[in-house]
Amino acid sequence: MNNAWGYASIAIYAASFFCYARFLYTNDRRIGRVATMCLALGIILQYAALLERSRWIHSVPYDDLYGSMSLFAWLLGVTYLGLEVFHRQRSVGAFVTPILLVWISLVTLLAPRSAPAPPPARGPLFALHVTLNTLAYAAFALSFALSLIYLIQNRVLRARRPGLVFWRFPALDVLERMSRSSVWVGLASLALGVSFGFVWEHRLIGRYSAADPKVIVTLAIFGAYAIYLWLASSANWRGARAAYICAFNFVVVLFSYTVVNFYLTGFHRFM
Amino acid sequence: MPTDLVSANLAMGRVQIALIGCNHRTAPLELRERIVFTPEQAMRASDELRLSGTLEEALVLSTCNRSELYGVSPISNNDVQSVMERLLADFHGLAPAELDGRVYRENNTEAVRHLFRVASGLDSMLLGEAEILGQVREAYGRALEHGSTGPVLNRLFQSALEVGKRVRTETEVGTRPMSVAWAGVKLAEQVFGDLEGHEAVIIGAGSVAEKVVEHLRDRGIGRLVVVNRSRERAEDLARRMGGESADWATLETALAPADIIVTSVNAEGAITKAMLERVHEAHGGRALFVVDLGVPRNVEPAAASLYNLYLYNIDDLGEIVEQNRKAREAEVPRAESLITEHISKFEAWCSSVEAISMTGKLRDRLLKERTALLDERAEELSSLPAEERERILALTAELIERVVQTPNERLRRTRELRQRLAGIEALRDLFGLDSEDK
Repeated sequence: MNNAWGYASIAIYAASFFCYARFLYTNDRRIGRVATMCLALGIILQYAALLERSRWIHSVPYDDLYGSMSLFAWLLGVTYLGLEVFHRQRSVGAFVTPILLVWISLVTLLAPRSAPAPPPARGPLFALHVTLNTLAYAAFALSFALSLIYLIQNRVLRARRPGLVFWRFPALDVLERMSRSSVWVGLASLALGVSFGFVWEHRLIGRYSAADPKVIVTLAIFGAYAIYLWLASSANWRGARAAYICAFNFVVVLFSYTVVNFYLTGFHRFM
Repeated sequence: MPTDLVSANLAMGRVQIALIGCNHRTAPLELRERIVFTPEQAMRASDELRLSGTLEEALVLSTCNRSELYGVSPISNNDVQSVMERLLADFHGLAPAELDGRVYRENNTEAVRHLFRVASGLDSMLLGEAEILGQVREAYGRALEHGSTGPVLNRLFQSALEVGKRVRTETEVGTRPMSVAWAGVKLAEQVFGDLEGHEAVIIGAGSVAEKVVEHLRDRGIGRLVVVNRSRERAEDLARRMGGESADWATLETALAPADIIVTSVNAEGAITKAMLERVHEAHGGRALFVVDLGVPRNVEPAAASLYNLYLYNIDDLGEIVEQNRKAREAEVPRAESLITEHISKFEAWCSSVEAISMTGKLRDRLLKERTALLDERAEELSSLPAEERERILALTAELIERVVQTPNERLRRTRELRQRLAGIEALRDLFGLDSEDK
């Protein structure tokens, strides 16, 4: 398959990262706008790549690891862009776009050269279930990155020895608000995604397999992020403590994405 | 810039820029304050210089740290600068001896470099300060409106504003805080982001507190409360800065809704850890940023261990300011290279103007030669019909126009060519154009 759209999206994401980094350094709004436009263009190009792959394999693009990771990267970009527009805050872009860039480059390197066997048709409910859950993972990954930046920034401020780069970092309050928004996006899409999964499964086999390890871990993730949101607005936990919880929660997400997918579940392979 | 709009000295083919001035490096405050120009005086002084024929274009730049006269002159700069210096002394009723050794003089490229450094904040007392760019803009705007500038100073000051802006956006010369008050406010922004919607309580009403309040107000703080032992002083500062005042006895109550606390009073340990703990609780555990500028310290140091509280004292801020000063200084070479780039552009423009004026002189010279030649051959030509003679005149005129037009157009369009012709004096000598002026 010709992956020209994929390579083009990598190039544009790289340009976006360069512009975000430059914006962080110079605070030049024009460069910031160019960074956002590049990111939006990269997202469009990657969408075209995903679409082309779907046509090639005659199925949704996430049935194999490559497709799943690619969709994850795309949704990470979309979520970040949405948060940037919502919070009118571009300074985080310099930290998020490199993650996106590395991830999408890895995905492209791992891309299989031959078309996989077309998976059985599973219908739109299944497609929504997978897409929304992947969106939730992407949003949680974003909140993880934001929490890490928060913790670094907080450490520097508490130590009272800000370095020269410190002045270019986003403010703690902005990081906290963006992280919370990201978790809200993740929780909402996870709730919908899991619900669609249950409905789809019931239609398929006439029962709910709530005992599947993937389902149990997913519900635990849901609970962990709900607790984070509750604590993040409470007097004694808001700030750095909440950021630690958010970062820890993502470790559970990674556990679900890797160990549970590969070793503990039968049919949730790549989500 | 069309040649016909360029002032007389440019038409002669020479751009002579002269500068004289005093600044914080060359003159003490006692002298600087005596040679300050109000906007009206600045206009009057530039008019005097122009009407006396000393300068064709003039501009006075006067701030608290400098008084400078810029001009474009038709004659040698040394003579012009002496006249400008005399005017500076006479205008303010000073004996010329009082300015001895206090005035700097710069010509052409160095005058341009000086202005570009001034606009970029590199010549300021506080390296990289931003106000000077606005002051240059205002001085230029007034002179332009008054009509005391011409093509050269217009181009020069527009370039200065451009380079000043570039230095601010493309280097870090003016980015980091250089005073403890500013550093404190910038740190608060690193916690809260936009200060709009946040509340600050200032404890103390002295000069340090006032500076902090000014910065907070400039950064759009939502609400300002001043608390001081002397209620009148608190009220006075609050009134001037658009805030509110509170009584010293109600200090803890006043602190309760605060996001930012700045204290600079002579009261060791006036704010205890226990007090801040209660304030923090009343505040719903939200982040609390405390700046202690008092010596001895006003805030119990153990308060720094409270969760979600950021405490900075005057030494912490002093270290940050020192670090920032070094960082700004490290950026100076980058700023200088931007200035050099813009000087090259400006000089290329001057060369183009000079070169275009030179081609004009070449045209005049060729036309003169043609007339002389036609006069010499008048007898031979007299045998021709009048119609033929007219044709010869028209053809030779067209030939001269074509000869001159091509280099003229290329000089207008091609910067590289203008740069290659930077040693335009050689061409002037080659065609003997100087002798025409003499």
